[in-house]
Amino acid sequence: MFHWLEKHPFFFAVGVFVVFSWAGLIMILPTFTKASQPLVGTVPYTTLELAGRHIYVANNCSGCHSQLIRPFKNETDRYGDYAKSGEFAYDRPFLWGSKRTGPDLMRVGNYRTTDWHENHMKDPAGIVPGSIMPAYRWMFTKLADLDTAYAEQLTVQAAFAVPYNKPLPAKDGGTNMVKLADTLEGAKASALAEARTVAADMKDQDVKDLIAQGEVPEIVALIAYLNRLK
Amino acid sequence: MENRPLEYDYTVAKLWMISAIVLGIVGMLIGVILAWQLAFPGVNLLLGEGLAEYTSFGRLRPLHTDAVIYGFTVSGIMATWYYVGQRVLKVSMAESKFLMVTAKIQFWLYAIGVVLIVVSLLFGLSQGKEYAEFIWPIDIAIVIIWVLWGVQIFGLIGIRREKTIYISIWYYIASFLAVSALYIFNNMAIPTYFASGGIGSIFHSVSMYAGTNDALVQWWFGHNAVGFVLTVPIIAMIYYFLPKESGQAIYSYKLSLLAFWGLVFTYVWAGGHHLIFATTPDWMQTMGSVFSVILILPSWGSAINMLLTMKGEWNQVATNPLIKFMVLASTFYMFSTLEGPIQAIKSVNALAHFTEWIVGHVHDGALGWVVFMIIAAMLHMAPRVYGREIYSKSLLNTQFWLQTLGVTLYFTSMWIAGITQGMMWRAHDEFGNLAYSFIDSVIALEPFYIIRAVGGTIYLIGMFIWAYNMYKTATAGRRVEANELQNTSPMAS
Repeated sequence: MFHWLEKHPFFFAVGVFVVFSWAGLIMILPTFTKASQPLVGTVPYTTLELAGRHIYVANNCSGCHSQLIRPFKNETDRYGDYAKSGEFAYDRPFLWGSKRTGPDLMRVGNYRTTDWHENHMKDPAGIVPGSIMPAYRWMFTKLADLDTAYAEQLTVQAAFAVPYNKPLPAKDGGTNMVKLADTLEGAKASALAEARTVAADMKDQDVKDLIAQGEVPEIVALIAYLNRLK
Repeated sequence: MENRPLEYDYTVAKLWMISAIVLGIVGMLIGVILAWQLAFPGVNLLLGEGLAEYTSFGRLRPLHTDAVIYGFTVSGIMATWYYVGQRVLKVSMAESKFLMVTAKIQFWLYAIGVVLIVVSLLFGLSQGKEYAEFIWPIDIAIVIIWVLWGVQIFGLIGIRREKTIYISIWYYIASFLAVSALYIFNNMAIPTYFASGGIGSIFHSVSMYAGTNDALVQWWFGHNAVGFVLTVPIIAMIYYFLPKESGQAIYSYKLSLLAFWGLVFTYVWAGGHHLIFATTPDWMQTMGSVFSVILILPSWGSAINMLLTMKGEWNQVATNPLIKFMVLASTFYMFSTLEGPIQAIKSVNALAHFTEWIVGHVHDGALGWVVFMIIAAMLHMAPRVYGREIYSKSLLNTQFWLQTLGVTLYFTSMWIAGITQGMMWRAHDEFGNLAYSFIDSVIALEPFYIIRAVGGTIYLIGMFIWAYNMYKTATAGRRVEANELQNTSPMAS
C-alpha cells in the first residue's frame, strides 16, 4: 500500500491529511459543541476595561505573566482560588500565557491597588527591589484607543451574543449589568466617567491633566483592566 | 541530448537562502537582546527613554519568535524545497514558466510580508496569541504565500520524471497540509472595523473562540506549528542531505515509513500537554501526556535512522564539518524529543510549566536541531548552487564549536533556572506558609540569565561566521567542476 501511495502523490496527500486530522476532530469538536459557559459573577468587559486589555495585548504582558492559577496549594496560597473554565468565557483571545517571568495576574485585582500599579508601572524596581520588569512610562501620556474597544464590544455582542445590557447573576445572589452605549460618543462618555474614578486614586500630573481634558491615557485603561482581574 | 544530466534552476532557491541568512541573524540578534534584557533590565532602554515602547521586552519578544520561526526556518524550508524538490523529482524549475513565475511571486510577497510584520509587531498590533500574533490582513497574505508553496509542490510533482516520491517529499507535503489547516483555524477572527460599521482600528480583530476553547485551538495550533514547521520539514532536509553528503544510503526504508506515518498520526494529540492543569477537560490533558510519550517512537525512529545511516562511516564526522553539523542535529533531535515527553508527564509538568526549563527545551530543539540542520543543508547547497567550493573549512569548524558551546550554555543554564524557579514557587516552610515570595525566584535566576545571554551571544557570533562564509563562498570560492560535487562538499581549508 505504501509503495502504491508513494507513486500516487494525490492519494498520498489525502492519506496524510486524514491521518493528521482525526486527533484534531476528536479533541476539539466535542468541547466546541458546548460553548464555554460563563461562571456566576463573570461579566463582559466594559469599554475602558477592554481598551486596557488591548494595551495588555499590545505590550505582550502575557509574554511574562500568566493568567491561570493551577489547582495546587502553592498557587492558591500565592495567587488565590484556582481557575475555572467559565471565568474565561468573555476572553477573546484567552491570555493564560505560557511563562512566568513575573507572577500570575489572574486575580491581581484582589491584592493590588490603583496606587500600587501607578507607581509600579513607572518604576517596577523601585516598588519591588530586584524586579527585572521594564518601566512603562509612555502609558502615562499615550492615549487609549476607546474606539476600537467599543467596536469590539459591538462585534462580540452581535456575533457571539455577549450579554451587554442584560441582568446577569452575581455572586451575592443579586444581578449585575454591564451597559453598552448605543453610540460611540455614549461609550466614550461612560468610559471617561469610569476612568475618572480610577484616576481619582492616581497622583501623576499628566494623567490628571489628560483626564481633566476629557482624554483617557493608556495607564488608566490598563489599571481599570488589572483591577477587574479578580 | 537525452542522456545529458538535467540542469536544475536555483534562481528561487538562492533568494530564499539569502532570506534565511538575513532573517536568521535578525531573529537571533533580537533573541540575544531579549536575553540581555532579562539579565540587565536597563537594556530595555537600549534606544533611549523616547523609544522605550518599541524596545521593551514584551514588544520585541514576538519579533524574535516570529523571525526565527516564520523568517529563518520558513526561508530555510523554502530554500531547501526549491533545491531538493527539483532533484528528487528529476525535473527542472526552468521547464515550467508557470512554476517559475509563481515561485518568484511567492518570494516577493513574502519579502513584503516580512516588512509589514516587523512594522506591525513593533507598533503593538497583535492578536495576542503566541506565534499567531499577526493581524488579520497579514494572516491573509500568509495564507496566499503558503498556498503558492502548495502550488509549487504539487505543480512540480505533476511534471516529475521520477514516479516514486522520495521520503523528503512526504515530509514537505505533510508540512504543507498540516500548517495550512492549523494556521487557518487558529486565526479565525472577525475584523471589528467591518463588523461595527467602521469604528476604531481597521487592523483589529476578535477571535472566533473564547477562553478555554480559544486556548484549545491555540495549542492545537501552537504545538503542531512546532511539529510541522520546526520538525517535519527539517526531517525532510536530513533525509536528503545526510545521504547525499555522506554517500551513504538511508539505513532503513521501513523505519522511515514507521517514523513518518507514526509522526503524522501522533503529533496532533500531543498539543494538550501545553494545557495540563489548565481548565481544559481532564481526559484531553491525559491524552496530551500519553501521546507525547508515544511520540518518542516516531521521533527516535527518524533520528536513529539517520545515525545508523552513518554506520561504518563515522570517520566522516571527524573529517567533514557538514556531517558533524548533521549528526549533532540528529542527536539534539533525539535529546529534545526525549526531554519534551518528560516535561509532558503530569507530575513533571506541574514543576516545569511556566518556568525557564520550557524555554531551555525549545532552544535545545531549535538551536541544536533546526538551526544546525538548516545550516548544514545550505552549506551543502552552496557549492552546487554557486558552482564554487565552500570558502573556509576552518571557519566552519570554528562556527561549529562556538555554536555547540553556545547552545550548551543556553540549555544547561535554563534547566537549572527552570527547576530552581519551580522548586522555589512550590516550597513551603515548616508552618505550611510559602517559603519564598515571587521576587526571590526572580533574583535567584540572575546568574543563569547572564550565562544564557552569553551562550546566546556566542551562538549569534557563529551565525555571523556562517553568513560571512556563505557570502565568500558565493562570491570568492574556487570554481568547481561537476565531478567534485558527487558527495562530500568541496571546501577550502
